This record gives sequence, structure tokens and C-alpha cells, in this order.
Amino acid sequence: MQILDRRLNPRGRSLPNRQRFLRRAKAQVQEAVRDASAKRDIRGADAGGEVTIPLHGIREPNFHLGSGGVRDHVLPGNKEYRAGDEIQRPPGGEGGGGGSEGSPDGGGEDTFRFVLSREEFLDLFLEDLELPDLAKRRLVDGENPQWQRAGYQVAGSPANLALSKTMRNSLSRRIALRRPKPAEVLALEEEIARLEAAGSQPETLAALRLKLEHALHRTRRIPWIDPIDVRYRRFEPIPRPVAQAVMFCLMDVSGSMTEDMKDLAKRFYTLLYLFLQRRYKHVELVFIRHTHEASEVDEQTFFHSRETGGTLVSTALEEMQKVVAARFPPAEWNIYAAQASDGDNAAGDSQKTARLLTDIILPACQYYAYIEVGREGEHGMPGFPRGPTDLWRTYEQLVAAGAPMAMKKVRHRREIYPVFRELFAKRAPGETVAQA
Amino acid sequence: MNAVTHPPGRLLYEGADWNFETLRRIHDACEEVALGEMELEIYPNRIEVISSEQMLDAYASTGLPLFYRHWSFGKHFAQHEALYRRGLRGLAYEIVINSDPCLSYVMEENTATMQALVIAHAAFGHNHFFRNNRQFKDWTDAKGILDYLEFARNFVAKCEERHGEAAVERLLDSAHALMTHGVHRQQARRAPDLKREQERERERLQHAEQIYDVLWSTLPAKDVAPAELHADQAKRKALLQLPQENILYFLEKSAPRLEPWQREILRIVRQIAQYFHPQRQTKMMNEGCATYTHHRILNRLHEQGRISDGAMLEILHSHSSVILQPEFDDPRYGGLNPYALGFAMMEDIERICRTPTAEDRTWFPDWAGCGDQMAVLREAWAEYRDESFILQFLSPHLMRKLRLFHVSDDAEQPVLNVEAIHDEAGYRRLRSALARQYDPSWTDADIQVADVDLGGDRRLILEHRVNAGRLLEEGEARQVLRHLAALWSYDVLLQEVDPASGAVLKQHAVSPPRGA
Repeated sequence: MQILDRRLNPRGRSLPNRQRFLRRAKAQVQEAVRDASAKRDIRGADAGGEVTIPLHGIREPNFHLGSGGVRDHVLPGNKEYRAGDEIQRPPGGEGGGGGSEGSPDGGGEDTFRFVLSREEFLDLFLEDLELPDLAKRRLVDGENPQWQRAGYQVAGSPANLALSKTMRNSLSRRIALRRPKPAEVLALEEEIARLEAAGSQPETLAALRLKLEHALHRTRRIPWIDPIDVRYRRFEPIPRPVAQAVMFCLMDVSGSMTEDMKDLAKRFYTLLYLFLQRRYKHVELVFIRHTHEASEVDEQTFFHSRETGGTLVSTALEEMQKVVAARFPPAEWNIYAAQASDGDNAAGDSQKTARLLTDIILPACQYYAYIEVGREGEHGMPGFPRGPTDLWRTYEQLVAAGAPMAMKKVRHRREIYPVFRELFAKRAPGETVAQA
Repeated sequence: MNAVTHPPGRLLYEGADWNFETLRRIHDACEEVALGEMELEIYPNRIEVISSEQMLDAYASTGLPLFYRHWSFGKHFAQHEALYRRGLRGLAYEIVINSDPCLSYVMEENTATMQALVIAHAAFGHNHFFRNNRQFKDWTDAKGILDYLEFARNFVAKCEERHGEAAVERLLDSAHALMTHGVHRQQARRAPDLKREQERERERLQHAEQIYDVLWSTLPAKDVAPAELHADQAKRKALLQLPQENILYFLEKSAPRLEPWQREILRIVRQIAQYFHPQRQTKMMNEGCATYTHHRILNRLHEQGRISDGAMLEILHSHSSVILQPEFDDPRYGGLNPYALGFAMMEDIERICRTPTAEDRTWFPDWAGCGDQMAVLREAWAEYRDESFILQFLSPHLMRKLRLFHVSDDAEQPVLNVEAIHDEAGYRRLRSALARQYDPSWTDADIQVADVDLGGDRRLILEHRVNAGRLLEEGEARQVLRHLAALWSYDVLLQEVDPASGAVLKQHAVSPPRGA
């Protein structure tokens, strides 16, 4: 008899199977993940968790008998029946259990529930997307430098002796200086010994002796390993950059923005936040709302409180400029901004907005995305919508002039994800975002 | 339960905690009873302690300690895990593998008492059954299984490397779909020698490499003479070993366009299916044997004062929930509980051996009142499977006790019919009806490869001999046929035939996927 402790065996034995399963059910899982994330708030959107996918496509079929025909059941617990009795068919068709056991998938259930880890969740959620311009990276103090191999050096600790490099140097030096090989010396000595024993050819013997002496002399003069051969492995400290990012959410909260529109905006912000979190160790969120004046608020207020007033987009940009100046120096932070609006702006404000954007905001930003949310059903007459809004026209001119920003129109929840994908889809360098 | 006074210091363990020394003591004590008093015959035991995650792992790969990789195991793992995490389902306390040495997995979370129960149940009960039952002896190779699984895993991994994961996955999907029809059910065959399997595969590959000559592939295919095409149908069937109930076997041997590695993988899936087949045939007996064994061993240990009264209560609690049999109108009812029926039958046999009634003597004249129930039980455990065991050993007494009755459900009729109940007129009919429920070859669809149209379009013809008007579930049947067509590479036709009249009730025709 043996007792073995298997608890310490490597964990995750079934991981490859799980990966295969996720790959297999990818389309369904991806959809489920997107649905699930739509229901959560920004910061909790990536927690992983239970998803339900339709069974279609991951079924394991086998031959089994369907309903119909004659079935026999032997059941326990008879109370009043006698042979020959007739029993009304219980509602639901099938009488009792028994018979075949149904499919191993749990018989007739059309969905399949299971739990995804956070990593799996995000992987599926943000596949094929790429952040534009990850350039700026702040080096945070106190971070451990990483050591990386960087060639050879002539001095160093014995532990870092680069043996093969040293021996290669030594070999080439010995060849260059024609140090006699040990085998040659040995051959000479043997020849001399042979001649001495024979006692003939004294001249040849003398010449050989001279040659041997010469060789030995050379061997002593030219060492096997010279200090100039020795090399050590060199290491360089590479400061590990810690990338941090801040994400500005700008939104028009004036009366013309309905709850639906805010919901659309929120979804977009959620996606962006998740996405940034994947790439940066540390992501800050700043919420700036504006009517005819702007202020920085927390998430709850941002999405749920209502303000009245006019609409001045420039105020939000000014507020953002202030926050950037106070807390997020562009040299140290990757700044991403996403603005959501219904496109209204006071008539005289466009000039100022454009100027602020091109001169101050855009140079500081990694990426600036503008999404214009509209009411569902607003595109009643295809081809003849309301016409571009004030803000859209303003931004369009900027983009046409080559400003690094992206803009899109969104009218329905289901459009959010495609729009987001379009804005961040991996693309060849130099290609710009097509306009909606 | 009798109150027993214990000599102090004889207890095997106290409290819920245990360590490896405790396990060893428990095992040795159980062994004493099992081998001495019950005269069981077992494979050497190997007890492995695992964590709950590992238990989930084992669940996912059908309880086997190592297995090839496939997405469906990942799916089962995810499913079990979700249920387990939500607290909807507990985990089994143990898993036992039919191997030599006999592997039992016990969970680290179990209390000492549970470990005792599990060891007595699995390491002695199931172990004895695996070693002695004829189904297992004839159809499985306990010595070779672990090595074979290792070989299978490596072989599949190698194929994945060589031919791509996608190709192997497609093949395994198809093979798994046919797994239920990848076993030999009827004809007697010698037990497989799984160790030979690995060598055989190697030799075959070597041979193929030796005789491979690229010149042959440049020869034009030989034109088959028309006379040969119309060769005698009977002869063709004999050559192809038709009709053939083992579809995977047929494909492995006769599918025209499979690569050697694909045949080998079909063979692996088939071997595994065959390995599990006896467990399907003997589920009820196997559990009955194990439950009876643990009950007997632990009671004896308690009488000897080696298990405390408190622990015994825990054991009885567990034991009685395992053998709970809700009645048919109970919302908890989910079919006959194999533990309950199995245990009840074993106890009933014990009763008949010791204190038979006149009725028992008429029904079981050979052994009623013989006094040695272990001899009868051991004989039954060795020579029977569920179906024949019920036919031979289910007594009227037990049928009355369980109040069994037989209902016939004809989909054509508006009402269900009570065919037989636990009375003098019904015993025998009831018993054979119950036995049939435990016969996989009765409950599974009887599907056979009937013929191949070799002269024509190579269409594979299958026949489902319809039993009592029960046709296949159509949607899934078509999916399975698609898998079958992919393996066969030509059209497949499944005919559902009424065996009495020979009339075709339904047909399913499927073509292989394009580009396969």
C-alpha cells in the first residue's frame, strides 16, 4: 500500500484544455463578455466573472433515442396502483424519469454558464486593438533597475568571466604570434631522443636541439592565456519605465443631453478605461462636465446629476488645461481625452474651442477622441440628417488640417463597440482615422 | 446501533484531523477486515491525496489521472467549476481508477471519518469488484491502463505537433461523437493488452517506413475489372466484418481515406470507450458492492472499538444519504439510485443466506439459507453484470420493500399503463423489466454498419434496428452523422429499420463536408 501526496503537483493541469475550450467557443464568449461588461460601471467593468453562452457550437452530439415509441419505467414507491391501471400522463409529456439519461450536457438546457478570470475576460474583450502613441513614459523613482547583458568588458568579477570569449581571444593571439603547439614540441623532443639513441647525424641533432630550445623559449615568452585575452560579461542597468496614464472624460451635461446619450457616452468611457488599464500600470480618471461653465466632478455626479445652462465647450477644455497643469505634467503622463457631446455649442465659442484644442490640448495629448451622440431614430431620413452640428463642423476643419484627433458619431448602444474598435483598431502606420 | 464500550487507546483516530499516519492506520485496519473476514481479493492499493481543484481536474477528464488534451474536457471543467463555486454541487469524496495498483483519490478536505469511509468504499469495495468481475477481467487491462493513457496523451500531442491542433481536434470531435458506438458489446474477445498497443503502433510505423517507395505513388491506379465490382455481396460483407456494431472499429479498419495517425487516434478513443464500458454495465453492482463493503468494514471496526461512536454517527449519516431512494412522486426523484438498489440487494442476499423465508427458498433454492453470504456475494460480484444480477438475485421480498411497479409509456396512447406491480402475478415481469433498464445494449440505440456500396459511390449504410418504436433524436443524430461522414469521406446513410417487418421507418442521409 502506498499513500502519495499529490496536492503539491503543479496546478492548472487542465489549463490547456480550458484554453482550447475558450478558443473553440470564442465567438460566443466574446459576445457574452461584451454584454456582461455593458452592465457594469467603469472601474468594475473588467472584474471577470460568470458568463452565459449559448450551447450551440460547443455541443458534443451522440446518438441517443428521442421521445416517442414505447418506454418502460420501473419506479419505486407504489402506493395505490394495481396491474392494469391507467395513469394520466403527467403534464410535460414524459412520465417519470428513467429511460435514457438524456444528453450529458445537462439535457435540454440551451445555455452554458461558466466563470472567466479577469485576464481571460480582458483578452477577449480587447482583442486586436492597439493604443495610439504609447511614447511618453515616466520613469518613476525607486523602481528597481533591471540588468541586461551588454557585450563584454576587460575588467570584472570572476563570476562574470566570459570563458569562451576569453579562450577565443587567447587562441587567436597564440596563432598570430606563432606560439609552438605542444604537439610540435613533443615531436621535436621525440626526434631528438631517437637521434641520440641512434648516435648518428650529429649536425641534424644539433640543429634540432637549437630548434627545440627556440621553441621552448617562445613558449615561455608567449603565455597560454594573457591578461589581455580576458573578457568579462558586461551588464547594464536598464531603468524599468513605469507607464502611467490619465484619462479625461469630458461631457456636455446641459439639458439637451438625455440619459440615453449619457449612457452611450458612459459605455465609450468604460471601453477606453478598460483598454488603458491593459496597457498602463496606473490609470487615473478625471471627469469634467460642462454646460456654459465646467467643473471637475466624481463619477457619480458626472453621469447622474443634471445641470441647466447653455453650452460652452471651450470651458471644459480650459478646465482640462488647468487640471493638466496642476496635476498631470505632460512630460510624465500619457494623456488621453475622450469628449462626448450632442454637438451643440454656443455660436461664438467655436473659434475659441478650435484654438484651445490646436494650441494647447492636442499637443499635450496622446489621443483625443470625440464622439457625437445622437438620439436613436434621429437618422430618420437617410442621407438628409440634421446636417453636421456646430461642434462637428469645427472639429472637421481641425481634422482636415491634420490635427491628431478622431471623431465618430454614435446613435445606438450597439454602435459603441464597433466605433470604439474602429478608433483603436490596429492599422498600418501613417493611416489616419476615417471619418464617419 | 449497540452501545459498545471501548477499551481505551484502541481508536484509530480522534476528531476530524488526520495525517498520513492516520490514513495508513485506517487502511491497515480496513484491510484486516476486508481480507480476513470478507475474504476480498484486491489489487495493491495506492491512495493519493488531492486538493479540490485537482478533483475538478479529474472530473473534467472523465476521472482519469492523465489524458490527452481536448476542448471538451475544458468545457466540462468550466461547467463543474461554475456549479461547485455557486455551491450547487459538492464534489465526490473520492475517485477510484480501475488499475493495478488500484488508484484512489481522496480529497484533502475530508474529515478523518470521511477518509475511513472512502478508503473502505473505494480502496476495498470497488477495488475488489474491479479485480474480480468478469466484465472487467475480460474487457479491461488494469495493469496497462496507466501506461496506455500516457502513450495516448503523448501520441495525440505528437500528432498535434505534426499535423496541427485543428486537424487533431476535428478528428477527436468526430471520434468522441461516435464513442458510444465504439465498443464491442456482444462477441467474446480476449482482454486487450494495452502494453502491446504501444509497441504495435511503433512496429507498424516502422514497417510502413521501410516499405515506402516513392515510385509506387507515380504508378497510375489500377483499373478495377467490372466483374470484381460485382463481387459477391456476402463475401464483401465478410471481408469487411459486416454487420459491425463497433463503428469506430469499422472506421479504423476500413475507412478509405484516413491517414495512419488518424486510425491510431480512432483506436485510442475506442480503447478508452471499451475501458469504460464495463463500468456502464455494472454501475449498480459496483456501487452496491462498495457500499456493502464499507458498511460491513466500518461496522466491524466500530464493534472492535476502533472507531468512536461519534465518528460512527457521521458515517451513518453519510451512508444513509448515499443510499437514499426517494419515491417516484417525490420531487427529489431522479431515477433509481444505484447505491440504494445495489446496497439493498446485497443486504437482501445476506438476509436470504441467513434467515430465509419459505418464499426465498422457492425462489432461490440453490443458496437460500446456506449461511455463508460472503461466498454468494463474491460469486455474484465476480460473474454477473447489472442486468443478469437483477434477473438472478432480485427477490420478491425486496420488490415489495421498494414497492416497485412497472409503467409502460406508449407515446401513441393518451394514458400510461401499469403493467406489473409487486405482487405474485407481477414479480417476474417486474424483474425482467427492471433488468432491461440496466442493460446498455437495450437502452442504447442499436446501430450497426450494414453495408458499403463499394461498386458505386462508396456510400456507407448504417442500420438502426428500432426497438419498440423509439427513433433517434433527429437533430443530434444528423450532427453525429456529419462527423461520421467526415471520417468516412463519402456519403453516409442511416436507415431506421423496424426489425420485425424490415420496413424502413426513417432515413438520414449526410454528405461529407467539402474540402475534407
